[in-house]
Amino acid sequence: MSDLIRQSAATLASAIAEGEVSAVDVAQAHLDRITAVDERVHAFLHVTAESAIAQAKAVDAKRASGDTLGPLAGVPLALKDILAMKGEPTTCGSKILEGWRPPYDATVVERLRANDIVILGKTNMDEFAMGSSTEHSAYGPTRNPWDLDRIPGGSGGGSAAALAAFEAPLAIGTDTGGSIRQPASVTGTVGTKPTYGAVSRYGLVALASSLDQAGPCARNVLDTALLHAAIAGHDPRDSTSINAAVPDVVAAARRADVRGMRIGIVKELSGDGYQSGVAQRFTEALAILEHLGAEIVEVSCPHFEYALGAYYLILPSEASSNLARFDGMRYGLRAGDDGQHSVEQVMALTREAGFGPEVKRRIMLGTYALSSGYYDAYYGSAQKVRTLIGRDFESAFDQVDVLVSPTCPTTAFKIGEKVDDPLAMYLNDVATIPINLAGNAAMSLPVGLAPEDGLPVGLQIIAPPMGDDRLYNVGAALEGALVDRIGHLFIEEAPAL
Amino acid sequence: MSTDEFMPYEQAISLFEPVLGLETHVELGTNSKMFCACSTSFGSDANTQVCPTCLGLPGSMPVVNRVAVESTIRIGLALNCSIASWCRFARKNYFYPDMPKDYQVSQYDEPLCSDGYLDVTVETGEGPREFRVEIERVHMEEDTGKLTHTGGATGRIHGADYSLVDYNRAGIPLIEIVTKPVAGTGALAPEVAKAYVTELRDVLRSLGVSDVRMEEGSLRCDVNLSLNKAGDPWGTRSETKNVNSLRSVERAMRSEIERQAEVLSTGGRVIQETRHFHEDTGRSTSGRSKEQAEDYRYFPEPDLVPVAPSLEWIEELRATLPELPKLKRTRLQDEWQISAFDLASVVNAGALELVELTVAAGVDPAAARKWWTGELLRTANEREVELDALGVTPQHIARIEALIADGSLNDKLARQVFEGVIAGDGDVDAVIAARGLAVVSDDGALLAAIDEALAAQPDVAEKIRSGKVQAAGAVVGAVMKATKGQADAAKVRALLLERLGVSE
Amino acid sequence: MITRDEVAHLARLARLELTETELDHYAGQLDVILQSVARVSEVAGADVPPTSHPIPMQNVYRDDIARPSLPREDLAAGAPAWEDDRFRVPRILDEE
Repeated sequence: MSDLIRQSAATLASAIAEGEVSAVDVAQAHLDRITAVDERVHAFLHVTAESAIAQAKAVDAKRASGDTLGPLAGVPLALKDILAMKGEPTTCGSKILEGWRPPYDATVVERLRANDIVILGKTNMDEFAMGSSTEHSAYGPTRNPWDLDRIPGGSGGGSAAALAAFEAPLAIGTDTGGSIRQPASVTGTVGTKPTYGAVSRYGLVALASSLDQAGPCARNVLDTALLHAAIAGHDPRDSTSINAAVPDVVAAARRADVRGMRIGIVKELSGDGYQSGVAQRFTEALAILEHLGAEIVEVSCPHFEYALGAYYLILPSEASSNLARFDGMRYGLRAGDDGQHSVEQVMALTREAGFGPEVKRRIMLGTYALSSGYYDAYYGSAQKVRTLIGRDFESAFDQVDVLVSPTCPTTAFKIGEKVDDPLAMYLNDVATIPINLAGNAAMSLPVGLAPEDGLPVGLQIIAPPMGDDRLYNVGAALEGALVDRIGHLFIEEAPAL
Repeated sequence: MSTDEFMPYEQAISLFEPVLGLETHVELGTNSKMFCACSTSFGSDANTQVCPTCLGLPGSMPVVNRVAVESTIRIGLALNCSIASWCRFARKNYFYPDMPKDYQVSQYDEPLCSDGYLDVTVETGEGPREFRVEIERVHMEEDTGKLTHTGGATGRIHGADYSLVDYNRAGIPLIEIVTKPVAGTGALAPEVAKAYVTELRDVLRSLGVSDVRMEEGSLRCDVNLSLNKAGDPWGTRSETKNVNSLRSVERAMRSEIERQAEVLSTGGRVIQETRHFHEDTGRSTSGRSKEQAEDYRYFPEPDLVPVAPSLEWIEELRATLPELPKLKRTRLQDEWQISAFDLASVVNAGALELVELTVAAGVDPAAARKWWTGELLRTANEREVELDALGVTPQHIARIEALIADGSLNDKLARQVFEGVIAGDGDVDAVIAARGLAVVSDDGALLAAIDEALAAQPDVAEKIRSGKVQAAGAVVGAVMKATKGQADAAKVRALLLERLGVSE
Repeated sequence: MITRDEVAHLARLARLELTETELDHYAGQLDVILQSVARVSEVAGADVPPTSHPIPMQNVYRDDIARPSLPREDLAAGAPAWEDDRFRVPRILDEE
């Protein structure tokens, strides 16, 4: 099989299962690709080459002894560095965890291993997942393979870039306000934020516990569905994990049939003020969906205009608490312990040295929003807005089966363009945030390249909670139609590296 | 060190009215921790009962221990509380090295149980007085790790160079029970406080939810107090921690009344602060000032889902409640046919359960009481241990009483048997055999001893024969001495008189 | 208007040893953010219940069974300072 790195996950898996190619060859091809391009892309913080080859060998041995292999056995994967991988560095893009190796595996990692997926390494991210550009990583930014002077999105820019650079056919990201979907959108790849509670958070370093979800990323919808099925499902170690059967996302991706479906455009997210190429590709995609037999309807979610405000109160509040544990006492960085400083001082010096400016900003914002006297006006109010947004979604889903919007207002902006303007950065998430607040499922998939800059544009599909399969049905149908039209996935047009 | 001054108690209490409050923390005796499956065994090697969750490792997540919830509900029911139909955990955010996450998972404005009461009785010179202590709330939280301070002289924080942390204790379920402010206790405030903690402890023990040992830290008590002049609004209160025994509860309360009275009557202001009680001096010293109340920034714990006990579950748990101590005491007083005063003696000796078990083992209540509140209590006090730590069981007493009944033992011998049992020489029969403690019942041996005694006191026989039967006492005494008390005195006397041909 | 003093207080609460420049810088940025998010109180009426969990779930428990803990070496391996089988931490000034 030629050019292993350009194959889909499904194709690789079947080739490995058939014995056409060995898992070791597949793994090695991707490790070679990483060696060739990652100095420029910087998607990876840590490549676990040895263990990847060992995992691949084990798959080959399994196959040789006649064991049945799972649907993704031997397929390489890039793992966002926010998930605990036993014995391997897990930094969350921060200096405060430099060198820390967790003594345990996240449930997601356990499930990847159980599915014989080969983990190539840990990918770069905005520090503690706070950001929309991966510029806030303490280890330097990741670059968008479409244009190395541009951001790959964030916070999961590393995972998306790894896919777009063909360094891995699968990746795991996490999404708190769009950190899977927005990078997918600006890199021309596919990413899903599953229903809140669908994927275990045990081992996922928490940012905002009531918003975080780990999710599957790939270069096409079917691969994403296969990965989704591998990682989703109840985990008794996570109290917020849904105790119900995972919807059959793979069957839905294969069905790819939107005839008779009602698809809603959210009036408040329909592209006003968005980059013109983004709005254009979005409108064209709607026309395709109509052509495929869906009915497009406009719905209104009037409280969405408060979503950004609510989010930027809830997230920092929960994060300020979740990040308190990084105090230099039990693991990670300890600074200022000269034998004279008190423990209070050492904690403060450690956190000062270990956290970047965006993290500090949000910690203080969160501390403020929770403080006595301000709780009702800030955090308390934000929790109420959450209720209102949930109700908006409920009434929308009474009228339609899925909602759609452009994933984010622009294509990939230049590195450095927004990094000093926090508010401008926050506006990237305006379409993705409401979903996290309500706990719904959503996916971003590429629907074209913007005419003005040739950069990828993503469309977001939103489903009601537990309706993850609808994402894959609609996504696969749309993707199929687009591929029919131009003969290939948009990602194939990414410049050679 | 301390510059506190104290007004004599009687004077203090004549000038001011105390309002007291008690906050108790109970470590549950569950097998596993509150939010993870680590063992809760006491005394294990440092940091051997720790996992990602109780260590607060990045990515770790809590899962609630069902038995902890059940125990909390049972405690609430036993304290006549309302049980919430829906409540949540909350994070209490603050930094301290014994806190793995630098927040504690607790409950804030939604406690699982609230608005209950516990009636306590205080013995006064004029007889018993009842007080109803209202309970504000009973809620669940997790314990912290344990710090040892190194380098300083005293092992205390002040002057220590650094500290060492053992997280075995972190995450053990802790139940917090808070009273509403208790006014109207007057001079009896310290006694009421002690009676409350004692009764609470007994309730908790009867529920079987904790071994409630103050010395071991499974029952911790903070004492709150404010003073006000009659008719005035309540004063500023202080909190005293490190109160590690029932006696200390009373002493700490008394001391604080004396201290605050002195402050107030010399024109000073009571500072809202946390004080630290010292066993050795019976006084407290100032700790952290609570003037700038720490902002804990409570918010609902997002990693846990609400606790919403169904009515069915609550009723199931209510059915598991044992007979509560107050009811039991009334019943036993009646069954044993004793006065309230006598019952109080048994209770104060900490012997109630032991006597009850001994009666259940077949011993007459009066005999059971006699042993436990007499000889055994004396021995326990001498050795400065609790009654139930002596090593004497109700079964031992039952055996001893049976042997006394059939004449094999007398009281004096019984005491020696207890000594042997306590010394660890084995059970009753083993001790008797080893020490040869049986009552001498062989008439031949007794007669021989009688003859010896008569020979040694020749004129006594004449006295007895001539009608001074009391003189027999001297002979009996001599025989008892010769047999090392292992004779039955009454029998000796009877044999002696028979020997001399005298009738009673 | 969030003042520099308030920012300093927040930094203390959050155990962040900020520099003077940072204090000034963050005060300005936080202010801008706070103004933009303040609008949420407009719609947060008294009759709207707050949502703390996006997906309604309740009563999730585990059985009270003890299971093996982490090997102590794993804790020691990650610790910044370790002595006598314990985490060594700098001197504490205040009684808790």
